[in-house]
Amino acid sequence: MGELKLMKGNEAIAEAAIRAGCDGYFGYPITPQSEVMEYLMAQKPFERTGMVVLQAESEVASINMVYGGAGTGKKVMTSSSSPGISLMQEGISYMAGAELPALIVNAVRGGPGLGTIQPSQADYFQAVKGGGHGDYKLIVLAPASVQEMCDHVKLGFDLAFKYRTPVMILSDGAIGQMMEKVVFFDQIPRRTDEELMKECPWAAVGKPKNREHIRITSLDLDPAGQERVNLKLQAKYKTIEENEILYEEIQCKDAEYLFVAFGLSARICQKATDLARAKGIKVGLFRPITLFPFPIQQIAATGNRMKGVLVVEMNAGQMIEDVKLSMGSKVKIEHFGRFGGIIPSPDEVVNALEQKIIGG
Amino acid sequence: MTEEIIIAGFGGQGVLSMGKILAYSGVMQNKEVSWMPSYGPEMRGGTANVTVIISDERISSPILNSFDTAIILNQQSMDKFEKSVKPGGLLIYDPNGITRHPNRKDINIYSIEAADEAGRLGLSKVFNMIVLGGFLKLKPLVSPEYLHKGLEKSLPERHHKLIPENEKAVEIGMKLLKAVQVI
Repeated sequence: MGELKLMKGNEAIAEAAIRAGCDGYFGYPITPQSEVMEYLMAQKPFERTGMVVLQAESEVASINMVYGGAGTGKKVMTSSSSPGISLMQEGISYMAGAELPALIVNAVRGGPGLGTIQPSQADYFQAVKGGGHGDYKLIVLAPASVQEMCDHVKLGFDLAFKYRTPVMILSDGAIGQMMEKVVFFDQIPRRTDEELMKECPWAAVGKPKNREHIRITSLDLDPAGQERVNLKLQAKYKTIEENEILYEEIQCKDAEYLFVAFGLSARICQKATDLARAKGIKVGLFRPITLFPFPIQQIAATGNRMKGVLVVEMNAGQMIEDVKLSMGSKVKIEHFGRFGGIIPSPDEVVNALEQKIIGG
Repeated sequence: MTEEIIIAGFGGQGVLSMGKILAYSGVMQNKEVSWMPSYGPEMRGGTANVTVIISDERISSPILNSFDTAIILNQQSMDKFEKSVKPGGLLIYDPNGITRHPNRKDINIYSIEAADEAGRLGLSKVFNMIVLGGFLKLKPLVSPEYLHKGLEKSLPERHHKLIPENEKAVEIGMKLLKAVQVI
């Protein structure tokens, strides 16, 4: 077993990044995730592992530094919050097009616009459906605890390199600010140049005489060539959908009703599940951990056994579209959401279940 | 066992650090814990609060609207959280600066004159630990041994010389509680 700490979610992300053998973090401060860079700066990983930590002049610069680092096969990441992530979309789309691995953390805050700094899940569409231009997907991980903030950094880097694709961790201010127990994995050494060249033959690390130039680009002016790029990307996303789905079912076995929720909302629904069961309502919780790939078949199998499904999100109804696409129209599916940085209480969620699903 | 606690008062009273020490002590005693502070706009205007949950089981929601215990250290927090104590639950408050005393009959109410006592003894820095002592007297969730370890973990090493003073404050707090009868 690794090291046990009591830590904030944002700090756990930073510590996990160092331990995962991250080569570089490039970011620009924004609440509610500034602790990520603060912790990194205080820890001085440039002394601990040689990891670079750099405050860029803007989010646009951060993401392009990530693009550059990823192009050389380095394990690189950034973190920001909603408005900052919007600024990064061009770079994220370019990385998806150029098939570069990177980790991007979005501590989602209430929007639109500058919005508020309180927790929200209103960036689900942006994260899962693209965000930037073009037919691309990110792998999207939705941690619901400080432990998962840690674990998803390692998982995120692993998946990013396995599939050569940007990965996003979708968290929020509450998971970032709260402290919980977290068990850290042992330090993974940063890759040596030799290891990097072996593992990432696509990386632009300087041209030896015995191989051709490496081109890292998202530009192909020939439509036939660009279609081939797209077909390759779509094949990759299909492989990801077949292999990388993660989800959790809590008290679903004997359930008659189901909550579907991710991240912080899932934690609240877990409490709501206990409260509802104390009132004699048999309800379970389905928690997608990967938002892309979405657990389509798993949600359909569990959801369609129920009398009704309540999708609980801190937004106006985003993931519910994917739940409906997964389940079809056999079972009643309703949405309960709070927005703009308001966190629903477990009691509110139980009331919504009673009114919208059981009584409705 | 699950204990859901809100600690609320002014910024600077040591509300967040009291919660942190309690949480760390829980970790040392192999409990599940969560520590969820108010942050951002909630913090403006001088109030600070933290939700601490200590449990033998996996903790569900870190954010709650009703609590087993409310530890209340100013009037704004009394106005906000007295009604959030579960029926049969516990409310501990320092009457210093309180203009409207709690009046619920379905909960157990105790006062602890921690601010006055801390002032008298010149222990104002560990005022929060006096309050924590009062709470631990009524709800011995963590033993003194693990509280000691919790202090070691949550205080930076340069402040470890202050641990005995903190522990003394906890002991003082345990003797300072007064049950409040609401008529």
